[in-house]
Amino acid sequence: MQRHDQGTYEYLRHHKRFPHLWCAGCGIGIVMGSIVRSVQNLELNQDDVAIISGIGCTGRMPVYMDFNTMHTTHGRALAFATGLKLARPEMEIIVVMGDGDALAIGGNHFIHAARRNIDLTAVIVNNNIYGMTGGQSSPTTPLDARSATAPYGHIEPPFPITDLAMAAGAPFVARSTVYHVTELDKLMEQAVRKKGFAVLEAVSYCHTTFGRANDLKSPVAMMRLLKDKSIPLQAAARLEEGPDPDQIVRGVFRDDDRPEYTELYDKVIEKAHGTLPPRKRKVRRGWV
Amino acid sequence: MTVQLLQGNRACALGALAAGCRFFAGYPITPSSEIAEIMARELPKLGGKFIQMEDEIASIAAIIGASVGGLKVMTATSGPGFSLMQENIGYAVVAEVPCVVINVMRGGPSTGLPTSPAQGDVMQARWGTHGDHPIIALAPATVLETFELTLAAFNFAEKFRTPVLVLMDEIVGHMREKVALPEVGVSQIVNREMPTVPPEWYEPFGNPPSDVPPLAPFGEGYRYHITGLLHDVRGFPTSRLDEIQPWIDRVFRKIDNNRDEICMWDEDGIDDARVLLVAYGSTARSARQALKLARARYGRKVGLLRLKTLWPFPEEAVERAAENAQRVVVAEMNLGQIALEVERLVGRSKVLRVGRADGQMVTPEQILDAMRASPEQFTRRATPARVQREG
Repeated sequence: MQRHDQGTYEYLRHHKRFPHLWCAGCGIGIVMGSIVRSVQNLELNQDDVAIISGIGCTGRMPVYMDFNTMHTTHGRALAFATGLKLARPEMEIIVVMGDGDALAIGGNHFIHAARRNIDLTAVIVNNNIYGMTGGQSSPTTPLDARSATAPYGHIEPPFPITDLAMAAGAPFVARSTVYHVTELDKLMEQAVRKKGFAVLEAVSYCHTTFGRANDLKSPVAMMRLLKDKSIPLQAAARLEEGPDPDQIVRGVFRDDDRPEYTELYDKVIEKAHGTLPPRKRKVRRGWV
Repeated sequence: MTVQLLQGNRACALGALAAGCRFFAGYPITPSSEIAEIMARELPKLGGKFIQMEDEIASIAAIIGASVGGLKVMTATSGPGFSLMQENIGYAVVAEVPCVVINVMRGGPSTGLPTSPAQGDVMQARWGTHGDHPIIALAPATVLETFELTLAAFNFAEKFRTPVLVLMDEIVGHMREKVALPEVGVSQIVNREMPTVPPEWYEPFGNPPSDVPPLAPFGEGYRYHITGLLHDVRGFPTSRLDEIQPWIDRVFRKIDNNRDEICMWDEDGIDDARVLLVAYGSTARSARQALKLARARYGRKVGLLRLKTLWPFPEEAVERAAENAQRVVVAEMNLGQIALEVERLVGRSKVLRVGRADGQMVTPEQILDAMRASPEQFTRRATPARVQREG
């Protein structure tokens, strides 16, 4: 695959916002790079791309990227994006959320956006913890792991994000990690290109809070864990007993087609004998 | 102009459509559901869009998103849903996104009295979302006025880049009246100002002379950042005092400096009134009847100040109207919310609160009784219950 890392520079608000606020060694920047590269590789016009986020470490991602960006309230990014998508169906809208943002406070919006199948790309940066607030348990904190609010070990099972998304009806569900950058880029492109609600879980880590509480104090140790613990979907399928519960299965879990919400709503407008609002064609990047 | 029998909620929806509303997101709740039902039917005919969201939090989030996309937007709810919306109302204040929130008030707190009328959300409308902020809230008293004030709410929202709340109550929402809806001309509709500068000069939160910076919709080439964090003129988060304070000042100024335009009220015989009635919403209808009875039965000099704008509070109007009055009776379907504002302005010894929060409307007789309360009861600042017992 051809890579244009040099060219991604122009997609960042480099002279305004950097240095970023994430800890050195954080995985969120890798996901941000992946989003930027996917937009570049798909040759989308920057003006047609919107990045919507909620609150948390991942919530701060849009401010660094030179698109139409919106940093909303905690957990509500998908609901804001739903309104924006209906107002501007021609826009490519990428919603970035953390695990707490998407699945705890925003869990309701997540399952309903998936059920509705509205054309959004939901990128969930899963670091298994609430990082910005100081390392409290999140809906994806593994069983027995320690956190600031589970000093004796976490007694709740984590949410399997991909299973949840598929059960809720998302037509595209995939997972990769911030260690497997090329694969993440590829899946990101597929997710952004997908017409419908596309869920991409980007497994990351938080060495500052999660790592410190769980004897994984460096980003290197956590990266290594992502490498050692993860397994491609095809390899997992070949295992007789299936993958271990603590293994991270990577790949595309579902990619099928269902009627998309904004297209269905256009039919509603036709049924009501209304006039369709003028729709901009998607403009490819070039001379603008 | 055709005369028709029209329900308040329908008048609200028609007012919104006349104002140019093209997006509605909502969640069913009595007594506001008719508005959503009418919007679901009418919006697609106009090329607009309706979506039923998974809750009220998502509803207001969706309308803010659609407003950023360039549409005129509205949601409608009642007390419990209004409580859920508070956080994102604050977001719309900080991000300066135009939107209209209809609250057809019912008895509360909590699930309360579905669906008896109340006016208990007046203070929540003012202070419901956390932090200091300005807000606009309107309260119609008739079906025709519901149409007019919904239209006005959209105009204020677009003109001042702010959320505007319309506090209807169950009586106004479900009441049917004979109405001749006015034709709404283009000149009566305000659209948000668009930027005229090239994108690299655009300041979505700048400081123009009008105090309301133009708002570019997403997807039009003006790539900028919107956040609920306090931000600089470009929309980027900041904690610098020299950027925060000007922003706070401007956001308050854009409402405060336009109070003359925003504050609306009706007066009836207040010039020589010894007793001044202050009321709004459906309670103003009882107040009007009480005024008629007091004049006819007792020959009392009574005046009525009917507030159409609750927030910002029409302070000058109340002060002027109460100047020569010996007592001021504030009637509302709560136990004293706007009364607090009136007491603040005219002194609490002059003010008598008439109210109830039991799901029944304030009757003209209740107001009459209050007007006849002895000065002794008066200085005791008779509570509504006491007035009822003794009256």
